[in-house]
Amino acid sequence: MRIKSPRDFWAGLMFIGFGLGFLFIAVGPPAFLVELAKQFDYKFEYGYQMGTAVRMGPAYFPTVLGGMLAALGLFVLIESLAIEGEKVARFYFRPLLFIVAANLAFAYLLKPLGVMLSIAVLVFISAYGGHEFKWKEVALLAIAMMIMSVLVFVKGLTLPFPIWPAFME
Amino acid sequence: MDLINNLMLGFTVALSPFNMLMCLVGVFLGTLIGVLPGVGPVATIAMLLPVTFNLSPIAALIMLAGIYYGAQYGGSTTAILVNIPGESSSVVTCLDGYQMARQGRAGPALAVAALASFFAGCVSTLIVAAFAPPLAEVALKFGPSEYFSLMVLGLVSAVVLAHGSILKAIAMVILGLLLGLVGTDVNSGVLRYAFGISELSDGIGFVTVAMGMFGLAEIVMNLEHTGEVREVFTDKKLHLWPSKEDFRRSIAPTLRGTFLGSALGILPGGGALLASFGAYTLEKKVSKYKHEFGKGAVEGVAAPESANNAGAQTSFIPLLTLGIPSNAVMALMIGAMMIQGIAPGPQVMTEKPQLFWGMIASMWVGNLMLIILNLPLIGMWVKLLTVPYRVLYPSILVFMVIGVYSLSNNPFDCFLMALFGVFGYICVKLECEPAPLILGFILGPLMEENLRRAMLLSRGDPLVFFQKPISAGFLIAAMILLVIIALPAIRKKREEAFVEA
Repeated sequence: MRIKSPRDFWAGLMFIGFGLGFLFIAVGPPAFLVELAKQFDYKFEYGYQMGTAVRMGPAYFPTVLGGMLAALGLFVLIESLAIEGEKVARFYFRPLLFIVAANLAFAYLLKPLGVMLSIAVLVFISAYGGHEFKWKEVALLAIAMMIMSVLVFVKGLTLPFPIWPAFME
Repeated sequence: MDLINNLMLGFTVALSPFNMLMCLVGVFLGTLIGVLPGVGPVATIAMLLPVTFNLSPIAALIMLAGIYYGAQYGGSTTAILVNIPGESSSVVTCLDGYQMARQGRAGPALAVAALASFFAGCVSTLIVAAFAPPLAEVALKFGPSEYFSLMVLGLVSAVVLAHGSILKAIAMVILGLLLGLVGTDVNSGVLRYAFGISELSDGIGFVTVAMGMFGLAEIVMNLEHTGEVREVFTDKKLHLWPSKEDFRRSIAPTLRGTFLGSALGILPGGGALLASFGAYTLEKKVSKYKHEFGKGAVEGVAAPESANNAGAQTSFIPLLTLGIPSNAVMALMIGAMMIQGIAPGPQVMTEKPQLFWGMIASMWVGNLMLIILNLPLIGMWVKLLTVPYRVLYPSILVFMVIGVYSLSNNPFDCFLMALFGVFGYICVKLECEPAPLILGFILGPLMEENLRRAMLLSRGDPLVFFQKPISAGFLIAAMILLVIIALPAIRKKREEAFVEA
């Protein structure tokens, strides 16, 4: 068996994974697994009430949708084995990594370090993910963004962000 | 006359100094960010949403609507000047607008785009004012089964508009619906798919998903390409005013574009994108100057520009009357309404006439401001285009993270945004469109709620959706749409249309 359309193949797998995931969490694990888990003193907490068509429980809609999603994924997967398609486009990990890291760094540094420093960190990390990194330019940009953020968001829109690091206030 | 009274009420609201100021700020910010390449209206609105949190509901919605037209308008400017559509609905404007610019007629192209948009804005404001009230009346009689079927139709239309494989688009819609279910189930109070994370008990924020999948993923995509070569036509002083010939040739396309755009905008899943594509194709078929299309025909600018503006405005009709978003931008507007404590739906018109009519009147005001603001400011927008992307994207990122963080003052939302950013990037690589997912995400809880109610009322008989005429009509329309796009001949045409874009 040869995969003729890798892009669709992976998309199909992804949909099957999500579909089955939503389905099984809604339905809950099969009985034997629950029994098995009991042996190890572990209690499965997943599984919602199914209800009936008249009075739908919290599991009803996601179960139906999860099943549909998995089925569609299977179709996409089968099609990818039958019909010639394209390769998965190349992933560029560098920008992805730096953009995500910049975002997370800001989010988790804001409370301890304040707006000023966390914005600077954000600008530097994200700028490093690009193709060109000019120290002077990035520094100027960071300063401009720091001033702008404090004026617009903290002073102007009164968002409850600390401006300076907690130990300095 | 009711219509006139209502519009008068609307204008007293929209013309109050503070609301005018908010409209101006919205239009200005929208254009500013819309001009920046790689930031579409969805990301723009999502980014600026926190700016509106402290405003009154009406001022917030007026400003957001202004941002939307502004972003749209800014998108056309970049389409004409640098051949980069600032957003998807100005893709077709690139074809002829950029050619006009290359022939040294950038000024007239921009002016025609602005004037055609303004005309379309005036007409479609009237159309919204005329059609929304009777539709809201009808919608008040809708039961859960009608709502459910209408949402099905809306989601199917979103599938039709997506690029590439229909199967994958449907799968994305369903995945969106499922993601929308995360959080506390309103009926039973059970926490679903929260994995013990307390921040998820209210569900995943819509802005978070939109910013991740549109904003973050877009930035990463833009960073893939090294060394941008942009040809900006800034060297010569812009002669703005179009010739008499341009005017004469633009009138009919503008009219056709306006009406086609208005009609397509009302459709669920429609809006500016479908409108501009439709208008361009129509014009290419009926124009006397067919041979000039793609080589700088003024009709090729006037028609899609009038249509996308008309479509953008009439897409407010389903939002204002049914409370159902027809595209991702409208979904954000719903989100904004909910944050302001307004439950979107047909009752808004009767319960909050000031908000309803004020918003409609503000559409016209916003369009007027766009034209007053933009014709003289084109020079400034052009300068903005020369700012390199390496300076732009960290600034965009600053707005995005602050916006998302401020949603609930919690780093967890930023973490989720990062997650959806990565997921959005994977989706792009696998050619799975995010737009259908977003629409499904918004409609998920609504759909489940209406399905439950309909089934409860019918005592579990699923045929109820076909027994009620309006509901049956929606479902049949949805089925016809699905069959049509599945037909091989049309499938090919659809692919061609997207390739051409």
